[in-house]
Amino acid sequence: MADLFWLIPLIPGLSAIGLIVFGSILPRKWIAWQACSSVLLSFLLAAASFLKLARLPEGTAALAKTLLPWIASGSFASPIAFSLDRLSAVMALVVTGVGLLIHVYSTGYMADDRSFARYFAHLNLFTFFMLVLVLASNIVLMFVGWEGVGLCSYLLIGFWFERPAAAKAGMKAFVVNRVGDAAFIIGVLVLLLNVKSGGFTAINSAAADGLLPAGAATLAAVLLFVGATGKSAQVPLYVWLPDAMEGPTPVSALIHAATMVTAGVYMICRLSGLYTASVPASAVVAWVGGATAVFAATMALVQTDIKKVLAYSTISQIGYMFIGCGVGAYAAGMFHLMTHAFFKGLLFLAAGSVIHALGGEQDMRRMGGLKNRLPVTFPVFLVGAAAISGVPFLSGFFSKDAILTSAYAGGHHVLYGLGLAGAVLTAFYMFRAVYLTFYGKPGAWAEPGGHVHESPPVMTVPLVLLAVLSAVAGFVGLPALFGRDADAFGRFLASSVKSVGHHLGAVTEGGLILLATGAAAGGIALAFVLYRRAPELPRRLASRLPGVHRLLVGRYYVDEAYEAVFVRPLLRGSEAVYRHFDLKVIDGALNGSAASAGLAGRGLNLLQSGLVRDYALAFLIGAILFLGFVLL
Amino acid sequence: MIPASAFFYVAAALFVLGVLAFFVKKDLLTQFMAVEVMLNAGNLAFLAVAKALGKAEGQVVVLFVITVAAAEAVIGLAIIVLIFRQRKSIQTDGLKDLKG
Repeated sequence: MADLFWLIPLIPGLSAIGLIVFGSILPRKWIAWQACSSVLLSFLLAAASFLKLARLPEGTAALAKTLLPWIASGSFASPIAFSLDRLSAVMALVVTGVGLLIHVYSTGYMADDRSFARYFAHLNLFTFFMLVLVLASNIVLMFVGWEGVGLCSYLLIGFWFERPAAAKAGMKAFVVNRVGDAAFIIGVLVLLLNVKSGGFTAINSAAADGLLPAGAATLAAVLLFVGATGKSAQVPLYVWLPDAMEGPTPVSALIHAATMVTAGVYMICRLSGLYTASVPASAVVAWVGGATAVFAATMALVQTDIKKVLAYSTISQIGYMFIGCGVGAYAAGMFHLMTHAFFKGLLFLAAGSVIHALGGEQDMRRMGGLKNRLPVTFPVFLVGAAAISGVPFLSGFFSKDAILTSAYAGGHHVLYGLGLAGAVLTAFYMFRAVYLTFYGKPGAWAEPGGHVHESPPVMTVPLVLLAVLSAVAGFVGLPALFGRDADAFGRFLASSVKSVGHHLGAVTEGGLILLATGAAAGGIALAFVLYRRAPELPRRLASRLPGVHRLLVGRYYVDEAYEAVFVRPLLRGSEAVYRHFDLKVIDGALNGSAASAGLAGRGLNLLQSGLVRDYALAFLIGAILFLGFVLL
Repeated sequence: MIPASAFFYVAAALFVLGVLAFFVKKDLLTQFMAVEVMLNAGNLAFLAVAKALGKAEGQVVVLFVITVAAAEAVIGLAIIVLIFRQRKSIQTDGLKDLKG
């Protein structure tokens, strides 16, 4: 079975093609079954390959399969080749596993949509590209997947393209990602020029052996990271992700929380040798991650749209993963990626269930009191919120702790402080969302004419499964306090990613864990006081600090600044070019040549009398002139 | 013995007559005959050259030209008949359809 691992991406790909071509004539039931079973097959294959890989002795080479020669030029070759090592196996398992649950959930969520087939075709296509990205054995093929998921993200954000906001959000996501991807492709070229190969093993070993010049390594690593800030929504290119919430909620869960946006983290882990070799680039990664983790969390504090809260939270959590990667704890970054896929996917799907129940309402101020009306959604949302907040023994607790401990142990105390501050904010805004949505006075739904219903089992079963995963997934990566071999996840990945090891005393480590627990408890307590005990307090606080509140609600006016600095000058410049160059020079040249041809025609027209005699006369004069020319 | 140049003079005179007739006359049939006169002036010039050089090729060319001219005359006359049928006239002043 494991030898067939290269089929993992191809099955959803084939299904996507089938749905694109025949989607309009297939019955809905068939579409749903085909889309889900293709991902299920992929998941089973990934699981089988994963188990096979786990049984192989440590240090065995990755499974590899070359499908087709692709680019071959002189000594440089970049085939279409997949490879499966422990890192990509974990990632493939996350993508297919969470992807499967979200596919199943979608069959319920999108049941009444007109474009059912288009939705699942794009979702399958996304799964295909994401798996290409994950399993690619060289960076050129990874870039294909990288761009492919970007395309699917665009298509699915703008899925309801009749709504101008959705179409605009899709375009924004695409354009902002272009900025990052331009840097990414330059980074790829720098690597290809210096390493003469795009294979990940070649790049990592060249960087580790010092064959790659330090300057080139840093340049390439930073450029690739700029690409990652676009795809993974980090400062300064995060602005597209909140707008991306215009897409259907399961799409937000799959693409904009669990898988695609974490591609940047995966890319850095994939190239861990390169980033380890370049200290400045790693520092950039860590600091951008740290800044984003806190910056995005502060914006999440005042959002009123439940999906926007989760969007800023995603940006913030990916910041944590980058802190982990930046301080050399790649396994910790991957660990948080995995647990985040579970609990953030869960939170998005649960939010989708709430939105579904309320007939499309997304504003938390109009929810409230839903606790007893949604007997499945409420507890699973609570589990997700607790996991992301870092409540002890849930998955987020262990993964966030792994990152923060590594940062502290690596001597990055400021980053640790940022992470801890972010943890307080995270716990606060998540439980603010819980209290606003599920507790307090019933919102508009309770008025006459409103109705609330719990989602069908096809939606709640994935929620429960994700909730279980969110709760227990942390136990695969216990902190060193529980014994030297407790971190099974880190040890499993050790052959794929070279994490920087660290040793802390048991007291220090225990203290850090207590501190993290305290941060979570503090954030939750604050939310409890502000939004449960004294619901009038937030408004008083806002009026007491109007500047801060306006800054947060205005999201630091970053969008406005980009609009003023980049978008509007570009639009105005394009307009000027259109007016003065396109209309005058290009159209002018074209119309001018047409007009002059017409004018010449009208002039020559005068010579044509239509009389045979006139033509004959012209002929005679010509003949005489010719004769005169020859004879004289 | 008539000198070869005399043939040339006759040919030239015939040709000029043909040209004049073509421009003076206004009905298609006469103009067509004028063209035939010019053509035969050309034939005569060929013969003159053949006689002057003492070669037979010129005479061969003339035989060809006469044959082709016969075919051309058939088509030309047919066109004239068709024009007459359509317009009840073969005055060339009325044929101005090619005017741009």
